[in-house]
Amino acid sequence: MGDRIYLDHAATTYTKPEVLEEMLPYFTKQYGNPSSVHSFGRESRKAMDLARERTAKALNANPNDIFFTGSGTEADNWAVKGAALANRKKGNHIITTTIEHHAVLHTCNYLEQNGFDVTYLPVDEYGIVDAEQVRNAITDQTILVSVMTANNEIGTIQPIKEIGAITREKGVLFHTDAVQAIGSVPIDVDDMNIDLLSLAAHKFYGPKGIGALYIRKGVKAQQMLHGGAQERNRRAGTENLPAIVGLGKAIEMAALDIPGHNARLEALRNRLITGILSTVEHARLNGHPEKRLSGNVNFCFEFIEGEALLLSLDIKGIAGSSGSACTSGTLDPSHVLLAIGLPHEIAHGSLRLTLGEQNTQEEIDYVLEVLPQLVQRLREMSPLFNQQKGGQIFV
Amino acid sequence: MKEIYLDNAATTPVLPQVVEAIIDCLKNDYGNPSSMHRLGIQAEKRVREAKGRLSSLLRCTEDEIIFTSGGTEANNMAVLGTAYDKKRRGRHCITTEIEHPSVLQAFAHLEEQGYEVSYLPVDQNGVISLDHLKSLIRPDTILVSIMHVNNETGSIQPIRQIGAMLKAGPGKPVFHVDAIQSLGKLPVYPAQWGIDLLSASGHKIHAPKGIGALYIRRGVRIQPILFGGNQQGGIRSGTENIPGIVGMGEGAKWMAERLAEEGGCLAQLKSRLLQGILQAFPDAVINGSADACASHIINVGFPGLRGEILLHALEEEGVYVSTGSACSSRDKRFSHVLKAMGLNDRILEGSIRLSTSYLTTMQDIEEFLPRLTRTVQRIERFTRR
Ligand SMILES: Cc1ncc(COP(=O)(O)O)c(C=O)c1O
Ligand SMILES: Cc1ncc(COP(=O)(O)O)c(C=O)c1O
Repeated sequence: MGDRIYLDHAATTYTKPEVLEEMLPYFTKQYGNPSSVHSFGRESRKAMDLARERTAKALNANPNDIFFTGSGTEADNWAVKGAALANRKKGNHIITTTIEHHAVLHTCNYLEQNGFDVTYLPVDEYGIVDAEQVRNAITDQTILVSVMTANNEIGTIQPIKEIGAITREKGVLFHTDAVQAIGSVPIDVDDMNIDLLSLAAHKFYGPKGIGALYIRKGVKAQQMLHGGAQERNRRAGTENLPAIVGLGKAIEMAALDIPGHNARLEALRNRLITGILSTVEHARLNGHPEKRLSGNVNFCFEFIEGEALLLSLDIKGIAGSSGSACTSGTLDPSHVLLAIGLPHEIAHGSLRLTLGEQNTQEEIDYVLEVLPQLVQRLREMSPLFNQQKGGQIFV
Repeated sequence: MKEIYLDNAATTPVLPQVVEAIIDCLKNDYGNPSSMHRLGIQAEKRVREAKGRLSSLLRCTEDEIIFTSGGTEANNMAVLGTAYDKKRRGRHCITTEIEHPSVLQAFAHLEEQGYEVSYLPVDQNGVISLDHLKSLIRPDTILVSIMHVNNETGSIQPIRQIGAMLKAGPGKPVFHVDAIQSLGKLPVYPAQWGIDLLSASGHKIHAPKGIGALYIRRGVRIQPILFGGNQQGGIRSGTENIPGIVGMGEGAKWMAERLAEEGGCLAQLKSRLLQGILQAFPDAVINGSADACASHIINVGFPGLRGEILLHALEEEGVYVSTGSACSSRDKRFSHVLKAMGLNDRILEGSIRLSTSYLTTMQDIEEFLPRLTRTVQRIERFTRR
């Protein structure tokens, strides 16, 4: 066990040594611009093609339908905004959920300001979207449904295949934000009828600054970045070659043995969940007990502030998060926790611990040793807790 | 045979110390800067450090730097972000005919949405006229976007004078400069020069591809083009590319040192190149005035030859050059830049671009010249009769 325990893999992962290894030559030796016609450039292009094939294979997609982007955010923006604007003539209605990542939600807000109607489907107490609700929300104006494969805060996995079957039947485009799902949820874009899919390498042991959008052949999506003719004229900008190579290697490794990966992580995850539930009073597990990402643990501890707990854990060498990393700078309660029906004051007390491949049982046991004490100490300082002791309690 | 890389305007090799910093970052500081724990704070610190390095190269403040996924995104953000923000004030923009596609295509996208764009022509040296620019400015002009050094010919625009003129004139449209080719090779100081927005790209300063930056003068507002987690003050959503950012900081630091110490060395390489080429091929044409162009880019036409053939023949000699910009080298059309300079087709067809960096040595040039001579003579035997 190292001196630091990293339990924030949903925010970002380290880059695996094997991935880094493959990237290195593309900085110093094979640094050609993939668009250059000389052999330096052609070698670079070959490496890019391999990465594209590896990405396609992990999704059961055609390599020609994979487009590299600068981030998961860009992929989400491109999918939602691009598909909406390109299909405007067919209609102006979009369906999504209340628990999407802000990269999707804020893009939908933008579209609302520009004449689109957006339906934000609610989720149940576990954060699951009902596929039949998707069906019922579709009108003759609907052009796009965007539902994330798995949620970044509470880890809930959505019935993507059922939703895909409905959108296909209704002739509506289907986008899924699979940024958190790659490596944990097996993806088959054909079997699941996915038209657009976003991913980001830094969530599956690849580098930051690189993402990809799958765009099914024939699906129109207006361009987001304008300029050179890169990515077959659909995404301008000199290709981030080392990172693309890294993404290719990382996704190949991530897709290799998803059941094995999940089995390992689930064992640790369940040990952590059971351990917390049995040692900490007034703790509530957020998200579904089974339909959740193998590495996701999300709890609310009543009467304490998530931030305070986070800082205490950090002092003990444990890195976790309260909600998603991007919103952890704000003091607003998580929109996801509100959407699953938690009241404001409880949504403030959430802790997300997300496991990765290097975590060990020893580390989990250390967390289980430390966490109950910290919660106890913070509660003792909390006036709310003292007031409510013995009284009515939210569980 | 030693390889000679003279395509540094397309992309530059990443410096060993930059790679080291990136590896360190990938291995040790892999946190997400938005996270509250120590690893996150560490990552944020590295972002600040990189901002410090870039801002000292540009002589601006750290909080005026935003990181992007590359030069293209920086240019798109500047052009689209300004136009969307100022659309109530006006919908007229001014740019030049020789901008990079990442500026031109962004303007084309604006035109589709009802904006009006004026394209300044250039003279045979590839330079715009200040008076012409002045005459185009109207009360509803919201944005002027002019590149510093052109990527195909190296021609330099009078950015400082333009900045002064715009700041002194009425309306004060936002002034954006694509400084991607000049950064670290020529001085460019946005805060002092009246520049409001300035684009930079990592892979032109020996940092990796896929990282760029936009300088945004304090007080200048643009609309974001990416929506999401509101990273970087809400101006540019998306988890920051920390290794890229750290690499760009290292690259900027090195460029600042070179600029201060050996700005003259690129000029020496250039004058030797010009002298050697013109001596061997008296009818070769230097596109753009040798004096009005940056030292690291030379665009030369060999009348009667085909640039593409020359490029591939040079490649067999271990020399890497280009026929224009890398991004457009896959479309078959002639260079819009050379066309704008009024070159005839014979020259257009036979032009290649040679571009150096601070890593290029005089020895490289001495070895290059005879290889060029050999190659051109070999081709001429087939094509000219
Ligand atoms: C002048 C100029 N502007 C913009 C760009 C685009 O930058 P990037 O390749 O980082 O997207 C380039 C280089 O390709 C360039 O030379
Ligand atoms: C579900 C989900 N979608 C999108 C994103 C955005 O990805 P990035 O921050 O890499 O742009 C994230 C991660 O932050 C995410 O968890």
